[in-house]
Amino acid sequence: MLSINQRMAWRNLWRNPRRTLLTVAAIAFACLLLVFMLSFQFGSYETMINTAVKVQTGHLHVEAKDYQDQQDMRLVIKDPAAVAKVMRATPGIEAFTARANAFALISSKERTYGALVVGIDPEAEAKVSTLQSIVRQGEYLKPGDAEGALVGRLLARNLGVKLGDELTVLGQGRDGSIAAMVLTVRGIYSSGIDEFDRSSIQMGLGSFQANFSMEGAVHQMVAVCQGLGEVAGAKSYIAAHLPPQKSPSLAVLDWMQLMPGLLQGIEMDLVSGIIFYLILIVVVTFSILNTFLMSILERTHEFGVLMAIGARPGRLSKLVFMESLAMTLLGVVAGMIMGALVTWYFQVNGLDLGVQDVMAQYGITGRMYPQLSWISLTAGPALVLVMTLLAALYPTRRIWRLKPVEAINYV
Amino acid sequence: MFLSLAWRNIWRNPRRTAVILVAIVIGVWCMVFLGALMRGMMVEMVHNGIATLTGHIQIHHKGYNADPVIENSMRDPEQAFKALEKALPPGSLWTARVRVNAVANNARHNAGVTLVGIDPRTEAKVSFIGKAVSDGEYLKQGDDYGILVGHALMEKFETRLGHKLIMMSQDTGKQIASRAFRIQGVYRAEQRSTEKLYVFVTKPAAQAMLKMGSSLSEISVLLPEGASPAAVAAKLRSLLPKSFEVLTWRQLLPILNGYLEMMDSFVVIWYVVVFVAMGFGIVNTTLMAVFERIREFGLLKSLGLKPGGIIKGVMAESFFLLVIGLALGNALGLISVWALSFHGIDLSALAQGAEYFGMGRVIIPEVHLKDLVTANLVVFVLGLLVSLYPAAKAARFTPVEALGHT
Repeated sequence: MLSINQRMAWRNLWRNPRRTLLTVAAIAFACLLLVFMLSFQFGSYETMINTAVKVQTGHLHVEAKDYQDQQDMRLVIKDPAAVAKVMRATPGIEAFTARANAFALISSKERTYGALVVGIDPEAEAKVSTLQSIVRQGEYLKPGDAEGALVGRLLARNLGVKLGDELTVLGQGRDGSIAAMVLTVRGIYSSGIDEFDRSSIQMGLGSFQANFSMEGAVHQMVAVCQGLGEVAGAKSYIAAHLPPQKSPSLAVLDWMQLMPGLLQGIEMDLVSGIIFYLILIVVVTFSILNTFLMSILERTHEFGVLMAIGARPGRLSKLVFMESLAMTLLGVVAGMIMGALVTWYFQVNGLDLGVQDVMAQYGITGRMYPQLSWISLTAGPALVLVMTLLAALYPTRRIWRLKPVEAINYV
Repeated sequence: MFLSLAWRNIWRNPRRTAVILVAIVIGVWCMVFLGALMRGMMVEMVHNGIATLTGHIQIHHKGYNADPVIENSMRDPEQAFKALEKALPPGSLWTARVRVNAVANNARHNAGVTLVGIDPRTEAKVSFIGKAVSDGEYLKQGDDYGILVGHALMEKFETRLGHKLIMMSQDTGKQIASRAFRIQGVYRAEQRSTEKLYVFVTKPAAQAMLKMGSSLSEISVLLPEGASPAAVAAKLRSLLPKSFEVLTWRQLLPILNGYLEMMDSFVVIWYVVVFVAMGFGIVNTTLMAVFERIREFGLLKSLGLKPGGIIKGVMAESFFLLVIGLALGNALGLISVWALSFHGIDLSALAQGAEYFGMGRVIIPEVHLKDLVTANLVVFVLGLLVSLYPAAKAARFTPVEALGHT
């Protein structure tokens, strides 16, 4: 049952339905926009992170300390089996694989380029990264294939090689010896990220270890977790159980440490987004403040009468505040519902921005999918609610200054 | 008469006018200011892109851009020099380079880099490298074994000034050519990726190492302010035979170009969004101003004022509100841009993130006339349009109905 104040407030709202609806619409518009934009941003971050993680980096690496910075051949994991045992026991880890990397000169008949040669375990790699699915021509490496290689699309173009062509690889082994081998192009992959497609070839890990004198060692153990939420737990578990290795000692790195640029890029985008939203909210607040103010100014006479028959200023303020609250809540709820519907529509159907060249470089290929979450659904509207209620407080101050006699005579 | 009436009308309730003005002013201010900030970011990105060896226009041998190998060098650069002399507007600068992919080696490390052979004198005026050397010395004519490397590359290679660095690449005879250089200078760039990618030697040294005679990989042109790259490029194209390609920075940096186009449309969307937020306020205020004056409109009508006259009167009030709001908003926006134009906004805290988007560390907001005009037009035209609704309402009251209203 509504109290008399609540009933009065509700009826007052609909004395001027047009104004109420316009105000509600303004609030709903702001909320709708905020819900959609935040979901959109979160969705694109998730896509960016997932692509970056899946194309190459993975969620977690175990590698020799300083390997990340120096990429030195000699900083190895001497006993990958021991690390694998820990990873297998780690809760939250979905799959893991071992990799070894070396920089080498890659020559075709015509051309020579420097590129990163990555030794992979084809079976395990397929579960960790998208490599298998982005092989667009030819086929993925078969386990035990000692002479096959996968080449990035741009590197293949630069080298002028096709499927079945031979590549000469010339590099330096772990012990400083010369590593030379001939590989056959089995497949050509394209991730859409130019940097990746231009700068690497992949070969079997066993053959890599033999040619680069790795003596069974690898450079990285790469793991993917079931979700971003599991990363922190898995990281600390691995860190606590790492097998001891002296010079160099081992370290666990998560995707944020592996790709600091990505994280800061996201932070920057989020910060600038928040600035935009704050300004939007301020503009909306001032738009609404006017409505609240007017609804009091035009009822000066009415308030005078109410005060003359015994209403206290406190009660009137409460009444007015309840009117504003009702309007705001209506707007916020309507905005959240509409925002959720719009977001949900695009979450299912995707949104085509038509700027794929640009997006591909940030790991977003094809359509964008906003990601509705509790944060994106509530953060914006909550802020609108707070700001609007603050705005609603200002006009109530006027009520305290009203003198019944003057107010009654006010026209 | 309408105007003076409207002017007085809006000051009948100064508080209401003030509040709606504040909404308009904040809206316009943020349009101008954030527009300028985004332009600043874009200008910075373009500037970075251009200064990092791109220039406004580049001339290559046909096919070099798609496939930058030594076979695609310009064997007869004299033709290009002549064309440049004819086509370039006064104040233009240009420089010629050898640019190939190479592998840098020292005793402990190796990595893929881009070896750039430069003419030290003209290069300094065109690209960032002239001012970027922080330790040691910039190259000069005749330094056949000196090399400039980025700070990040030096750290990665655990080397320092005076130490040797061996460069390997494919020469014109398809053989592996190598040459030892001595690190003569270390440069710093806005982005670490640049520091890791480019190493600089003199042009004759690169040409000798790669056995390319007087061939060149590219000519990079910097145009004076105001010159149109597309127009100059078209002129160069008409002067040069088919074996050359002339590309503007928009073609050379397609990703950046795409990003700029995206930002362009984002600016307009942002303007409209802010306007809608503010538009609700404008409609509501005008509507209220109309409704509390129903009697007045009825009176005016019974005195013989046509509905069109009432619409004109209400619109004139919105017109004044918008003009005042726009004037104050623009002024505030321009002042805040001006205040920030001395030091810019420092993004050092997010340096790697900025780098991810290809920006530098300091953003200086920049007002573009186009944005200013767009913002003002959006607010003004849409503002008047939405005021039509309350104005039409006011015009529809019949005198009897209105005079009976209290």
